Amino acid sequence: MIETVVKVKLPVDETLRIKKNRLTPDVMHGNEPRLAIVSGIHGDEVGGQYICYELIRRIKQDYASLKGIVDVYPAINPVGLDIAKRESPFTDVDMNTCFPGSEGGSIDEYIASQVVKDMEGANVCVDVHSSSIYLKELPQVRMNDRDVDKVLSYAYCLNTDLIWVHPSNTVKEGSLSYALNNIGVKTMVIEAGVALKIYHDYCNKLIDGIFCLMKNMGIWSGETISFKQALVVTDSNIAYINCETSGIFVAELEHGTKVNKGDVIGRIVKVITGAVEEVLTSPCDGLVFSLREYPLVEEGSLIARIAKC
Amino acid sequence: MTVEEIMSVSTDYREDNQIKAFRFGRGRKSAAIVGAMRGNEYQQLYICSLLIHTLERIEERGAIVAGKEIMVIPSLNAHSANIGKKYWGKDNSDINRQFPGNEQGEPTSRIAAKVLSVASEYSYGIQFPSFYLEGEFIPHVRMFATGKENSSLATQFGMPYVVIAKPRAFDMSTLNYNLQMNGRNAFSIYTSTTVNIDEALAGQAVSAVLRFLTRMGIIRYQLHPGYIATVLGDKELVNVKSPASGVLHKCCHINQEVERGDILAEILNPYDGSVISDIIAPFDGIIFFANTEPLAFENSAVFKLIKKLHA
Ligand SMILES: [Zn+2]
Repeated sequence: MIETVVKVKLPVDETLRIKKNRLTPDVMHGNEPRLAIVSGIHGDEVGGQYICYELIRRIKQDYASLKGIVDVYPAINPVGLDIAKRESPFTDVDMNTCFPGSEGGSIDEYIASQVVKDMEGANVCVDVHSSSIYLKELPQVRMNDRDVDKVLSYAYCLNTDLIWVHPSNTVKEGSLSYALNNIGVKTMVIEAGVALKIYHDYCNKLIDGIFCLMKNMGIWSGETISFKQALVVTDSNIAYINCETSGIFVAELEHGTKVNKGDVIGRIVKVITGAVEEVLTSPCDGLVFSLREYPLVEEGSLIARIAKC
Repeated sequence: MTVEEIMSVSTDYREDNQIKAFRFGRGRKSAAIVGAMRGNEYQQLYICSLLIHTLERIEERGAIVAGKEIMVIPSLNAHSANIGKKYWGKDNSDINRQFPGNEQGEPTSRIAAKVLSVASEYSYGIQFPSFYLEGEFIPHVRMFATGKENSSLATQFGMPYVVIAKPRAFDMSTLNYNLQMNGRNAFSIYTSTTVNIDEALAGQAVSAVLRFLTRMGIIRYQLHPGYIATVLGDKELVNVKSPASGVLHKCCHINQEVERGDILAEILNPYDGSVISDIIAPFDGIIFFANTEPLAFENSAVFKLIKKLHA
């Protein structure tokens, strides 16, 4: 059933609505486990739109296998999605810094507070992101160091290549994930692909993973894949590659490949001189899980992250 | 005065984004003043220019106290200032959300790390940030309640109010929060405008800084003593939200005393101009902040009131 979770009347003849689709078994016993799938906090990330669609479609195709509640919130920043803007279009603030929000602050804080209120009581939440326009990400789960004990066992189900334990922006204080973990909703973030694009192969892998999570939670009795064992990494086993010159980044390898120490990741070339300014090599053996997507770079731009393995 | 480029960030299509420090006096690093971090902070940039201009005169007169040094960094983001963009051009990141930063990190993170390390050498840090809500407020000095704040020092600026605010999640990545965590006294001076230059308010901000530097024994300068500041905590500054969305028609101004029940603003229907709703003062107080945007959103703050504490 499609419900409106937050309603804000906008000043000029329009009402902003944040909606969810609540999928429930035909017969309810009153103690069903509940999973929340969230997306669209960042309006330029669209991978989650496909994931939400496909998840709902597959559940509807086999309602008999649904044994618990799945709440799908595809668009927390609906106006941002409408105009392909990452931040809140009202305040230019990253909505994922506004949680748990408050009633009577900015419009973003109000929305955040109502979203958290609606999700309270869910057992598990997955917040689906698709990176930024700058970096392409292998499907990965992110969680704050603080929450590892509570969420790691669920994160394995999600069928990603990697689980990254790190207080990165999407899971630190101010994020939906941090706020929900504070009130007992075990929450983790998925990052996959790149903003403004849908990578169907990545999305389908994650959808398979969400069904595994549902099975683990007792929400799904249908067929699922056997998920692959993700590599769990912390900052001590990640190498960050930043360039030290400006120019155009030309990749020499595919995103998601395994590299050996010394392998060339790519070059920074100078357009006007036709010269190679910098050759970036891997400082370790590992998996290139983040790779620069937007080719124009400046001093300090992040080019790649490599998980040592 | 000496001018030093403390950092530059190169890009292929423009000249480097240079960050310059203007230093006055020699000796103990006493006060670091940081201006515009966002490209649209023209008022903050302007205040720094006035300050640099005045400090130059003060130095020429030999009125910087011997053994004291002052540094002013007027802008961290000249590139964005030239195009009226708020955030960093290439990746839209906000420098004042990158602290403490990382010298090996991304461009704005590197800028944050460098500026924090340079400013941390000074005993006092003063910054002119812009407010995250669009509006005007009574000029004030703000410090974060970190357990390390010294509110009596903040009163030395002679501004009418000192606000001691509990840091929120995003405040923890600002310069001033991190300066305070590094054991420095860090003050944010708010002067109400950002994109537009207000001469009078800019002048007040400059006077406040010069007053502080004088009282801290860093410069010698004659100034009227300013206000005896009232120190406000989070509890005394209360948001008043709009009950409806529409065109915001304010019936009051900042600094005005209001009584419980007074109409602070009307919310008008954007098409026919009829009054949809009133924003009513919930208690006796003084208007500290007033939203200046033409539209109001339901359940969002339009005013901040100083709650009068009756004896
Ligand atoms: Zn995101």
